[in-house]
Amino acid sequence: MDDKKISRRTLLGGVIAAAVVPMKATFAKEIQKGLPLDEEIREDPTKVIGLGPSAVGKRATFEAPIRKFSETSSRTPLQDFYGTITPSDLHYERHHAGVPNIDPNQYELLIHGMVESAMKFTLADLKCFPSVTRLCFLECAGNFRTGKEELTPQDVLGLTSQSEWTGVMLSTLFREVGVSPKATWFLAEGSDAAVMTRSIPMEKAWDDAMIVYAQNGEAMRPEQGYPARLLLPGWEGNMNIKWLRRLEISDAPYMTREETSKYTYPVKDKIRMFSWEMDARSIITYPSYPQKVQRGWIEIRGIAWSGRGVITRVEISTDSGKTWADANLQSPVLSKAHTYFRYLWSWDGSPTEILSRAIDETGYIQPSLKQLTDARGAGGGYHMNPVTAWQIKADGTTWFKPEKA
Amino acid sequence: MLATMVKVSAQQPRNVEKTGTKTPAKYGFGRTATLKEISLLDIDVRPDGKGLPAGQGDALKGKALYLSKCAVCHGNNNTDFSTAKLPAPMLVSDTSAKSRPKAIGNYWPYATTIFDYLRRAMPYNAPGTLTNDEVYSITAYLLHANKIIKQSDILNAETLPKVVMPAKKLFIMDDRKGGPEVK
Repeated sequence: MDDKKISRRTLLGGVIAAAVVPMKATFAKEIQKGLPLDEEIREDPTKVIGLGPSAVGKRATFEAPIRKFSETSSRTPLQDFYGTITPSDLHYERHHAGVPNIDPNQYELLIHGMVESAMKFTLADLKCFPSVTRLCFLECAGNFRTGKEELTPQDVLGLTSQSEWTGVMLSTLFREVGVSPKATWFLAEGSDAAVMTRSIPMEKAWDDAMIVYAQNGEAMRPEQGYPARLLLPGWEGNMNIKWLRRLEISDAPYMTREETSKYTYPVKDKIRMFSWEMDARSIITYPSYPQKVQRGWIEIRGIAWSGRGVITRVEISTDSGKTWADANLQSPVLSKAHTYFRYLWSWDGSPTEILSRAIDETGYIQPSLKQLTDARGAGGGYHMNPVTAWQIKADGTTWFKPEKA
Repeated sequence: MLATMVKVSAQQPRNVEKTGTKTPAKYGFGRTATLKEISLLDIDVRPDGKGLPAGQGDALKGKALYLSKCAVCHGNNNTDFSTAKLPAPMLVSDTSAKSRPKAIGNYWPYATTIFDYLRRAMPYNAPGTLTNDEVYSITAYLLHANKIIKQSDILNAETLPKVVMPAKKLFIMDDRKGGPEVK
């Protein structure tokens, strides 16, 4: 009888989850109203014995956050989060020849080139070294989409996510192999079918680069580079080579395809290369399209981050950019990490635009799209981090504001 | 070479573990890699030619290989390539910086990158299957189709690094360091 009950509920849960999918606006009361409630759910939970313990937990059947995916990437549902840890199964993806399936027992990392002794490390070896845990964001250098009003935070900026990473400092491994003091660069290579390679300046290895094998406390997900990846806090996602198989120590960059014909961008009549740090930016995740707000108190919420260090301020404008005021930052504010911000606002019902802009510890102020195009030309491309706006109409509907370069 | 423009100092490692316990010079984990193990994986090629293997190729052989192995995704460069919707990027263009699409002729700063990328990742449906001679030939064909080398030029470990790409002069290093300036 118990079994029957469970399977009936499980099935029901699936049906309801599917019904909730298009109703993404969990904040907006008006949209939530009118959701058809099945009779089974209205059953008084204090009168029925619930499900027992299980091997693996699941989300509530009413919650179904999903990545939006194409053939080459998937985007994190930023509007569904209340904090700054991205659930591992919702971490954004960008890969160039699919996700490889790597046996951790066969895995080895080779470090060679300008070293005293070329060495191979198994996954177990990597785990033997002193370990370090840190939070930081990852972001694709091409993270920005605009062009129409019907865009959610996920559509606009979904190629960023944040995890707690654990692994070994790259400097620890580089001391182990005896990196030559003459070395100035290293090549990192993945074992996917793209055999992805990037050149990285040695300074990053001595600063804060890591080889990580754990994400949010457990073994890293295949999409994030299982069983081990390079982590370069604050630097463009593509350089954080996943499924890492080899590091070659060198005295010159390799000028790989990904650092020459890709991940470079026009600046006036030149092409800028080796843009590593992700510049400060922010996005309001509530209210945002397709949510609907009511007049009265609204807590504006969102995230800000900088690849160059700590976010020192986030400013909010609720009058289409005419005036700005400081948002509250959720502590602890960590370097090179998504920082949650909140701003309490009383909306009087008149149409307006709300905006956020991030300021980091270097004094960098997140620019407008016009400032970026004035500085670089209209070529666009990678490393575009403009301030973005949400339009709130008189009826409370919220829309992305597509701006032209 | 472009790399000389990059100011990178060879810093000495600094001790990042602050556990209070003394950290050893070596932990003794891992094992020495053999030369054979290294050579199996060490497929990268630098602009100065380091890493280029023996072998050679030319544009005529490369064209036949391109048509059978690459054109299905990248298009036949002899036909109209302005309107075709292809599953992979166009590889041929004129060599003016303003032309679109971004292709080898107008956007790639180093010829060695073509060899390196073809050998490691192409063809997309069968990566790592080209012989070194085939990679030299397809590289030669792509350089010739972009009007950078002559059809009769032979590419090998000596000649390929000497090919000067038209786009090289356009590339500049990012010199931004944060701060209030928008660049």
